[in-house]
Amino acid sequence: MINQKHFTAATKLRGLLLLAALLPSLASVAEAQQTGSVTVRTMSTPTSIFVIRNARIVTVSGADIDNGTLIIRNGRVEAVGAAESVSAPAGAQEIDARGLSVYPGMIDAATNLGLLEIGAVAATVDTTEVGDMNPHAQALVAVNPHNASVDVTRVVGVTNVVTMPLGGVISGQAAIINLNGTTPGEMAVTPSAALVIDFPRAAGGAGFFSQPQPPNLTETIQTRDRQIERLRNMLRDAEAYGRAHDAYRNDSRLPRPDVNTTLAALVPFVRGERPVMFRAERERDIRAAVRFADEMKLKPIIIGGNEAAQAAPLLKERDVPVILTGTLDLPPREDDHYDVLYENAAKLQRAGVRFCISTGDTGAQVRDLPFHAGMAAAFGLPRAEALKAVTLYPAQIMNVSDRLGSIEPGKTANLVITDGDLLEARTNVRYLFIEGRQIPLVSRHTELYDQFKDRK
Amino acid sequence: MMGQTIRLMTMMVLMVAIGAGGVETAAQNQRSGAQSGVRGGVSSNQQRVAAGETLIRNATVLTVSRGTLPNTDVLLRDGKIAAVGQNLKAGDAARVIDATGKFVMPGIVDAHSHSMMDAVNELTLSVTSMARIQDVLNPTDVDLYRALAGGVTALNLLHGSGNAIGGQNTVVKIKYGRPVAEFIFPGAPPGIKFALGENPKRSNVTVVPGRPRRYPATRMGVAEVIRDAFTRARDYQRGWDEHRAAAKRGDKNLIPPRRDLQLEPLVEILEGKRLVHAHCYRADEILMLLSIADEFGFKIKTLQHVLEGYKVAKEIARHGAGASLFADNWAYKVEAYDAIPYAAAILMRAGVNVSLNSDSDERARRLNIEAAKMMKYGGLSEEEALKLITINPAMQLGVEARVGSIEVGKDADLAIWNGHPLSVYSRVDATFVDGEVFFDREQDITRRPTLERERQQLEQLEANRPPPQGGAPPSVPRERRPAYGHDDDVWDGGDDHR
Repeated sequence: MINQKHFTAATKLRGLLLLAALLPSLASVAEAQQTGSVTVRTMSTPTSIFVIRNARIVTVSGADIDNGTLIIRNGRVEAVGAAESVSAPAGAQEIDARGLSVYPGMIDAATNLGLLEIGAVAATVDTTEVGDMNPHAQALVAVNPHNASVDVTRVVGVTNVVTMPLGGVISGQAAIINLNGTTPGEMAVTPSAALVIDFPRAAGGAGFFSQPQPPNLTETIQTRDRQIERLRNMLRDAEAYGRAHDAYRNDSRLPRPDVNTTLAALVPFVRGERPVMFRAERERDIRAAVRFADEMKLKPIIIGGNEAAQAAPLLKERDVPVILTGTLDLPPREDDHYDVLYENAAKLQRAGVRFCISTGDTGAQVRDLPFHAGMAAAFGLPRAEALKAVTLYPAQIMNVSDRLGSIEPGKTANLVITDGDLLEARTNVRYLFIEGRQIPLVSRHTELYDQFKDRK
Repeated sequence: MMGQTIRLMTMMVLMVAIGAGGVETAAQNQRSGAQSGVRGGVSSNQQRVAAGETLIRNATVLTVSRGTLPNTDVLLRDGKIAAVGQNLKAGDAARVIDATGKFVMPGIVDAHSHSMMDAVNELTLSVTSMARIQDVLNPTDVDLYRALAGGVTALNLLHGSGNAIGGQNTVVKIKYGRPVAEFIFPGAPPGIKFALGENPKRSNVTVVPGRPRRYPATRMGVAEVIRDAFTRARDYQRGWDEHRAAAKRGDKNLIPPRRDLQLEPLVEILEGKRLVHAHCYRADEILMLLSIADEFGFKIKTLQHVLEGYKVAKEIARHGAGASLFADNWAYKVEAYDAIPYAAAILMRAGVNVSLNSDSDERARRLNIEAAKMMKYGGLSEEEALKLITINPAMQLGVEARVGSIEVGKDADLAIWNGHPLSVYSRVDATFVDGEVFFDREQDITRRPTLERERQQLEQLEANRPPPQGGAPPSVPRERRPAYGHDDDVWDGGDDHR
């Protein structure tokens, strides 16, 4: 069934008391915990109906609603609007959100959440396959739904992440997941959301000039060009592979083409049916990635993008979105302005480039996502844009804005109810819904807090 | 080639520090700072020098020690806070800053930093109390400027955590652009770094076949290394005590004990003259160190990181140690897996003096946000949150009489923020150290075009042009200094998977 090892240990938590009042079945949950057999993660079945009243509703895609009502049914937002315009269905559980704000759940579009438990313990790390070309490596397969970062991250209001493989040239396939579920399949929003390519650059790593020993320039460039050529050949092979199999499917008299899982994995990407995420920070690498995507007719997304502002006209012209992961990184160069990465998002926004803000984190610090956006807002990004940069924009860039990223009828009920501005560090999350399920505001951290806070 | 690189890096740093036109004297720097001024204006007829007067008008003043004062003036004179109140008057030559709608808070004190250090760990021995951070300070580290831009004015520069007993620390004020001697915090008591757990036992370091492992390799060994060192120190102390007593008695032809630079700092600890800042994670190792300290009769001034300290809060309170934490870092290694963001609240309520530190040149720039998180995790008040990064770390470093709050007579180390510093939407307009401006956002923005031109000119120099065929690329400034790109304690030994 459903797992929630953290559930009963946190019964003194304020949020849980509120939940307890709402939930008649608490006793059975406690019973399950006592027997040690079954534990419960969610507190309502998918079919529960909720009506949230008296809330300030920040829809993100439209105007804020000051005194709004929102209906959750069948895992979706069924209705949202001014109090008088929405009537609650019979049997709905009431949540009085007076003084509170409802937001769409935040989305971090570039993480490794679920693929890594403890960075320093190799046995717990599933981010990086052996070899350079791993298009068939799928992040979703290795997502551990019981990774402690899942709970720790969602209780601050991040309901979705893109989790992706690392390393090599073709790192693998990224997945979009809900931060709730017992199996990877239950968590999946888009199992194969994008191909991840760590776009070859001179000397690799964090960039050419960060090498401790200056490498030989010519050799470095040759190595990069060789890697790009290998990549190009592989993508062309995949394209041909797809055509050969299509042809055989249409005409069985043709010789049966060989089967190759690596090439097969690439077919939807080389056909532009799914996007390709190119990890690139420096201007020349970003430009090279866009050129390469043009040449290969791929649908590119840039991840990283520290110098994306310098390539803004190109990115805008080609409509290439950028997932910024460096907002809180130190400036890459010693003589960069101190706020060069803080203001990166604002520059892209002013230039009309599509972008979103991500932590780029392996998992544990994905919960800092709102503060990355807040810092961008402190350095010129309008506040409403900062909010979009962690909600609607990542949903749009990842092609799930029909389901996620804003509060609209028909969208998935991934919602956060707070006592303040969603991006402020001091704000508390009071209620959390993922796919319309009410999620207890407990985690490994609240559990340890409860265990030790009253030790005398 | 290396020399060329260093020269060029130094030039670039100086330009960042001073603006256009190469090297200036400190006094020239001061004048140019005064002329371009802080937002709100500077009177034009002044010839300001270092110890001038500045009047910050009509700010919301977060004193930390005496509450929040709305619409309040702060007068800085001769490097000190001369007055806090309403309708203050300043001399004709004073710089006047209209801070209407802005917030003044004390300079942030970061109780755990490795900034401006050209070396972090002396890893050859497990006890390196003779090594001194003050010998490896690099005052041109640009991350110092970036910290100033986050409202930070003082740092506790600690040896790394590779050794059970590490080197002697240095507390500095961030007087970026000045000679290194001017950084040293006047009167700050000396301290030393200790470390427990995974780092001193080198458990995250790859074992090289055929190369012996360094002792200790377990927490048992770490305890014994410390106990052994203090046993030797006490013996050494006795030798000197006996010598001095004999000298006092007038004994003739005395031979003094041989000076031991490793044991001298440990004797200072036993005599209460040197503060111990101990890196630790797990609850058991925390208790181990407190018990050794009790056994030898000295105090641990601060437990650093102390991620599981919340499990033994009452024992820490009983010993009287302070705790200097990350706000919410966790899970980067096994001993960090039980870290919780509620630790500060638990320790504080147990009566422990708690601070939040950065241990990172990146995080140092946003300690205000780290403090604000503690309002969510454990329900601290605004004032309690602010104390975590101001007066509390100042107390932990023994400099609370001079910094950490806005009070008359204290050093004029403070920052003007464009909004409440506990808001993620706020940033620093200006940072003062000893009454002088060391960061001024408006001035920083004004000089950017000049810096950009300078950079382009430098890139055209023959030495900086790429070679036509092969060879090394131009030696332009790197991302970080090569030797210690990583901050020590968080990622030490671990794989940084980012």
